[in-house]
Amino acid sequence: MFRRLPEATGAPIPFTFDGREMVGRRGDTVAAALLAAGISVCRTMAVSGAPRGPYCMMGVCFDCLVTIDGAANRQGCLVLLVEGMRIKTQAGAPQAQAEEGAT
Amino acid sequence: MSDVRLETDIAVIGGGLVGAAIAYGLAREGRAVRVLDEGDVALRASRANFALVWVQSKGLGMPEYAAWTRASAAAWPALAAALREDTGIDVGLSQPGGFTLALSEAEMQRRMEMTRLLHNQPDMVKYDYEILDHAQTSKRLPAIGRDVVGSIYCPLDGHVNSLRLFRCLHQAIKRYGVGYHPNCAVETITPIAQGFALEGSFGELRAGKLVLAAGLDNARLAPMVDLEAPVVPSKGQIIVTEKVAPFLTYPMHTLRQTDEGGVMIGDSQEDHGFDTAVTTAVISVMAQRAVRMFPLLAKLNVVRTWSALRVMSPDGFPIYAQSRIHPGAFLATCHSGVTLAANHALTLAPAIARGGLPRGTSSFTSERFHVPTLA
Ligand SMILES: Cc1cc2nc3c(=O)[nH]c(=O)nc-3n(C[C@H](O)[C@H](O)[C@H](O)COP(=O)(O)OP(=O)(O)OC[C@H]3O[C@@H](n4cnc5c(N)ncnc54)[C@H](O)[C@@H]3O)c2cc1C
Ligand code: FES
Repeated sequence: MFRRLPEATGAPIPFTFDGREMVGRRGDTVAAALLAAGISVCRTMAVSGAPRGPYCMMGVCFDCLVTIDGAANRQGCLVLLVEGMRIKTQAGAPQAQAEEGAT
Repeated sequence: MSDVRLETDIAVIGGGLVGAAIAYGLAREGRAVRVLDEGDVALRASRANFALVWVQSKGLGMPEYAAWTRASAAAWPALAAALREDTGIDVGLSQPGGFTLALSEAEMQRRMEMTRLLHNQPDMVKYDYEILDHAQTSKRLPAIGRDVVGSIYCPLDGHVNSLRLFRCLHQAIKRYGVGYHPNCAVETITPIAQGFALEGSFGELRAGKLVLAAGLDNARLAPMVDLEAPVVPSKGQIIVTEKVAPFLTYPMHTLRQTDEGGVMIGDSQEDHGFDTAVTTAVISVMAQRAVRMFPLLAKLNVVRTWSALRVMSPDGFPIYAQSRIHPGAFLATCHSGVTLAANHALTLAPAIARGGLPRGTSSFTSERFHVPTLA
């Protein structure tokens, strides 16, 4: 659905999405890298389960939610892609989990 | 000034939770009703509240209020069922009982003393509650933190999805043919031979009867029909987290998980006039207390904070009144419009349709603010 501009440069940054190896570019946000890699669905809604993908790309719509390196519900459009990131589909609502020894 | 002239059996001023619930009840009685409401700039507690249907702790100083509140909580399932039948919308009513958690011995003592005073009042309505220590509380609420000293549990408490309730009431009144007129702020009310003339930039509306349900603006409007509503704003702030899988079945007094998964935290009550700013000092105290109650909240993202104005009478209790000098002019205002929605729709509105106030509500008139102090 999306193509990179021909003048886009930036060093390649490898990452995984749901275990699949992918490559983005330096300067990409997580959401931009996913869209450029042809991924248009990155989460399912917490209430209806409907599929969603990045939309506003500016932190407002929350449709770009993904799990990044184990942290759930991160807004992909606000997080810069880093080499080796393990990104996963955000499936519905995550569990609230206590920090070690907090209770 | 009148460019439009409308007529109706009953006019309701204000389309918030109170006005919409009363209009719904009147329409179900077969009355022709019109609701005049302000626009999107309006101060609307109804769009910003915490959504509790709450009984425990209500009515210290006025046992009639405890009884009225308890009756509304008991009538809530009937309201939810009627709304579902009329609109197909499920307002998410859940009444599993609710907890007030205490974070220190002093707080626990204070709450126990309040509860004791409340239930020892003469004529106090009888209902169950339990005082629980940390271990007993954690049996029912396994996620509590070690700072929770104890709690008060009342099986009558519950909550709804408040935004859905608001939308649902508006959809229901529309179905019954109630005329809803947004952007029609009422500026003046004039008693006339056959009722009342309401005027504003929209023109004029003549109504046989009138219900003032304009929230904070009741203070200005009430004297026009010889009623009195000395209500003032009381700010409340709310935090909402991202949606997470259900972990809290019970609502707390200051914390609850909504039917859609978000956690709402709301703890504050301030009196700062008509200011609706969200302030970090208050919000951070609320967040800290919430995390001490449920440590697993610490890792959740906050997605929104907001503040809104409660409609507060001098003693905190509702005001329901009919004008003695201009019969047919009614006033309804309260600071727990969610909890009391069932009574407003199913008890208050039918009484107003018949021309009076329901039994057991005589203590709620504004005359109570004029009891002469004994020398
Ligand atoms: C932070 C917060 C938390 C709360 N939590 C709870 C809770 O958990 N449980 C509970 O039961 N209650 C709660 N409440 C209270 C509840 O929201 C209110 O009691 C209820 O919304 C009041 O409804 P209302 O219709 O009287 O007022 P509002 O919602 O303020 O509505 C007043 C309406 O009147 C209209 N209006 C005003 N002036 C005019 C005019 N001149 N002409 C025409 N229309 C006019 C306005 O447009 C508005 O729509 C909370 C409130 C706040 C602020
Ligand atoms: S794409 Fe809208 S918040 Fe990220």
